[in-house]
Amino acid sequence: MTQAVMERRQVLTFLGALAAAGFVVPQAAFANWDKPAFDAKTMDDALKALGAGAPANSGDVQIVASDIAENGAVVPVQAISRLPNTERIAILVEKNPNMLAAAFDMAPDTIPEVTARIKMGQTSNVMVLVKADGKFYAAAKEIKVTLGGCGG
Amino acid sequence: MGNPMKIRASAKDGVTEIKILMSHEMETGQRKDANGTVIPAWFINEITAKLDGKTVMQAQWGPSISKNPYLAFKVKGGKAGDKVSVTWVDNRGDTRTDEAAVT
Repeated sequence: MTQAVMERRQVLTFLGALAAAGFVVPQAAFANWDKPAFDAKTMDDALKALGAGAPANSGDVQIVASDIAENGAVVPVQAISRLPNTERIAILVEKNPNMLAAAFDMAPDTIPEVTARIKMGQTSNVMVLVKADGKFYAAAKEIKVTLGGCGG
Repeated sequence: MGNPMKIRASAKDGVTEIKILMSHEMETGQRKDANGTVIPAWFINEITAKLDGKTVMQAQWGPSISKNPYLAFKVKGGKAGDKVSVTWVDNRGDTRTDEAAVT
């Protein structure tokens, strides 16, 4: 543990030194984070940034969530894929300021079922996007929000 | 460095279910304080979960994940005593790793 802390410090110090020297902006530290996809402000842009284009609707993709969310700040959503070789599951909220809420990348042994809690600013369609065998599939469900989650 | 995560992992019939509760503000960057100043976004954006040293889930999150995020998923295999390790990184570069044993 002590060693891990030390390593983290060294890494942070190193990144800090780079940032101070103007070599990297802080965001550049998160090499994997898909900034264009998370910054997308329209569904088309978000899908394009994820490489999905126009995903096919599929009955093998399911969204388990209640029809009405009393509190938009905490909306439990379960995303399930029954498609073989599911590599990735993404959750998108159509009417949030940024559509993409989360993307989950699975190892082959991971069962493609994830549960998370998302924020919703208002009543909206929630889309689950699944990448399986290199192809994209989707399913959508409208969740009604009685109290928005973004106004605070 | 944040507060500890709560991790529960249980193996049953050859499937390990992993449930994680993280402690984080998950500020969206959309809200304003009393003076009308925008509160800067502050959220976990990357999560890596390992079972027995093998990465089983990597997630990328935006700010529209709820405060104190919950994440649950299942993995084929795993047995009691296996180590589950979860690491998050937030958009300020803060990070935290916690571990638990499968029961």
